Amino acid sequence: MSIDMAQFHQVFFEESFEGLETMESGLLNLDKGDVDEEEINSIFRAAHSIKGGSGTFGFTNVAEFTHIMETLLDEMRDGRRTITDESLEALLHSVDCLRDMLSAVRDDTEVDEEKVASSRKELEVILSEETAASEPSGSPATSESVEVSSVEAEVAAKQLGWHIVFTPHANLLQTGNDVVRILRELDELGTLAAEADFDNLPNFDALDAENLYISWDLKLTGDITIEQLDDVFLWVDGDCDLAIMPIMDKTPVVAATTTESAPAEAEKTPEVEAAVEAPKPAAKKAAPKKSAAKKPAASASSIRVGIDKVDDLINMVGELVITQSMLGMLGEDFDMSRVDKLVDGLAQLERHTRELQESVMQIRMLPISFTFSRFPRLVHDLSSKMGKKIEFKMSGENTEVDKTVMEKIGDPLVHLVRNSCDHGIEMPEDRLATGKEEHGTVELEAYHKGGNIVIEIRDDGKGLDASKLLEKGIEKGLVTPGQKLSDSQIYDLIFMPGFSTAAAITDVSGRGVGMDVVRKNIQALGGVVEITSELGVGTTITIRLPLTLAILDGQTVAVGDEVYIIPLMSIIESIQVDPSMINLVAGKGETFKLRNEYLPIVRLYETFGVPSVSLNELTEGLLVVVEGDGRKCGLFVDDLLGQQQVVIKSLEANYRRMEGVSGATILGDGSVALIIDIPSLMRLANKH
Amino acid sequence: MTAAENIAENVDVLDEEAEIEQEVEVKNEFLTFFLAKEEYGVDILRVQEIRGWESVTRIPNTPLYVKGVMNLRGAIVPVVDLRDRFGLENAELTNTTVVVVLRVIVNESEKIVGIVVDGVSGVIEAAVSEVARSPEFGGDIKTEFISGLVNQNDVMVMLLDVEKLLASECMSLEAETSDS
Repeated sequence: MSIDMAQFHQVFFEESFEGLETMESGLLNLDKGDVDEEEINSIFRAAHSIKGGSGTFGFTNVAEFTHIMETLLDEMRDGRRTITDESLEALLHSVDCLRDMLSAVRDDTEVDEEKVASSRKELEVILSEETAASEPSGSPATSESVEVSSVEAEVAAKQLGWHIVFTPHANLLQTGNDVVRILRELDELGTLAAEADFDNLPNFDALDAENLYISWDLKLTGDITIEQLDDVFLWVDGDCDLAIMPIMDKTPVVAATTTESAPAEAEKTPEVEAAVEAPKPAAKKAAPKKSAAKKPAASASSIRVGIDKVDDLINMVGELVITQSMLGMLGEDFDMSRVDKLVDGLAQLERHTRELQESVMQIRMLPISFTFSRFPRLVHDLSSKMGKKIEFKMSGENTEVDKTVMEKIGDPLVHLVRNSCDHGIEMPEDRLATGKEEHGTVELEAYHKGGNIVIEIRDDGKGLDASKLLEKGIEKGLVTPGQKLSDSQIYDLIFMPGFSTAAAITDVSGRGVGMDVVRKNIQALGGVVEITSELGVGTTITIRLPLTLAILDGQTVAVGDEVYIIPLMSIIESIQVDPSMINLVAGKGETFKLRNEYLPIVRLYETFGVPSVSLNELTEGLLVVVEGDGRKCGLFVDDLLGQQQVVIKSLEANYRRMEGVSGATILGDGSVALIIDIPSLMRLANKH
Repeated sequence: MTAAENIAENVDVLDEEAEIEQEVEVKNEFLTFFLAKEEYGVDILRVQEIRGWESVTRIPNTPLYVKGVMNLRGAIVPVVDLRDRFGLENAELTNTTVVVVLRVIVNESEKIVGIVVDGVSGVIEAAVSEVARSPEFGGDIKTEFISGLVNQNDVMVMLLDVEKLLASECMSLEAETSDS
């Protein structure tokens, strides 16, 4: 191997996992008995490229396993096999198994051999069952693919072996290949008669010990397939001239025609086809190197960007360059008569800069289908496991989300969808008894709404029982008896840590398990989660997330001579207080009455210790009513300055995490302003 | 003498030469600056740039010597006032006051930190052998951040261990907040 293959591993794994997803969704789409050609083709293609890739990289076990799947798929594709539930199930299992195998290879961990073996057996059983009945001629286990097997069929019958003319290029040895190894491998395949050709050997003084001057004329007899030969020569492909001709029993005419096709085939084989058994030594050699190089590669994630987005960017940069040169020319001999042009130019510059910013942000955006795609399978598995009938609908898969948001929202969504299937949807008989359709429905929807992305998980199950939840809440001491709570406040209880409602909701397990983690994860992304539910009709969980983590809509406020930024997401309203609204609790805790609520007042200058304060009277400044972690308070600031989008910069990068502050940003004048983190600020204020 | 012995001999010679070179010693360079009339030095390889003083944004609830954060071409960089840090008299900002931007390794990650000094004086060279150990004073006098003393034209220059100084900055405060 002249190239360090490890550098391609990352891409290979990414593509393979993508391929697995394609296979999975395709398999789920295949209705029993109804063969959609295109669907099967795409599954087949995915399997095929995984096989090809893993063969090339020497992940022999993966390649072998995929090969069996591919054989089965191939038969389905050709219509030689009817698609049954069992075969689909087996294929789904093998997709799982393949995913495990690939992750194991990637993370350099052990594969669960037992699982692989059982999944493999499952496939083999299905394969043997029906090929025996319907397809006696072709032995699928050895046929690589259609075109190869047809060539093979032509020649195999009367073929004695192969005549191979192997002319290595002079630099073959420098690429790390060893002719002796190749010859030895050939010898293992059958009876080998080798003749070396020394014609090209130079005189001793001209001889370069690192070059190879010998070519070979090999006659290999035995029952050998072209693939086996291809495997042997796979690693020297491109570094040698190779002509492979079958030795026929008596007909030299056929041999002549295949002579041309065989080398061509040998050439394309490594690219398109997989090595079923990659050369063992090469694979072994690659293994330790791979593990060493992998650790850093795993941490650097990559992103796939549509070419149109990149083109957009290039256009935008082009415009920007034009504007810049225009301004440059203007600046060279500027006088006041041309001030209009300057203003125009600056306006253009501003517009282009903003467009460029938007385009760059677009690059980080991916359709949420990357996350959604795993759910049909999840629901499929859950419903068959629980004996429920669930129809799963998705919409808005093309809604684009920031990559970071998407990576982190996956697990909470899985949890919520599982909950909907597990606890929301009733058993078919229960549904029929309550006059509902036998099929339950779980819907997953994503859409944009006012700078946020909204994800809804709806089920038409039994809904949440507010009175039972309240009972449980009182029992757990989370609610004081007699406290009046709105329905949404009651539903919020299930997000409380440790609020296991096993008895309250189902007999299996409680909806409360892990819900606090779900909410925490969503909040960490700057999002909110809400529940609406109707008993007996269904539950809807709504998640609202910011479009991106890198930019935030902020309200700039002045405190003394300092400027802070409050995320608009957390602001409910800003009010001027009337002295009559203010009350003291226990002599010092300031509260104010907003409609029917008493909210604590946090004086920002106190909490942040601002040295230069001119405003002390609550009535002189403004109260910004903010909400965080389900609690509200009024932040006392001097003035509101304006709303703007701010780019979030990390304080941690060069300093450390600060309480009450989530990060910093750079204002228009180049100065730094801190972004307030409301929940953290409230905790900080409580300490003061 | 066989060829192999010859080569071995040569290798020995090379080794000896290398040793001699090491004894000659590479001189380390230090950027020196003034803090309340005292002269300090930092390893010049740690210095990223020197900037004029500009106002910084105060960070609430930090020790006084953390002046705040500044915008260094888009990065948020903390600025530490060494006079406050060492408990020296608080001089006023003059037109020689500058921020020396240092790169330090904290927890295996590189951080950029600015330090405010009264003025940069120059660059000195000092071999390791010329660096004297700092005496122990005990009590209030902080010497743990001083890696050594160098005599330069009869003026004593205190060499700062910036890694230790600024790492402890970020670290100890981190611990402080996570405790509370």
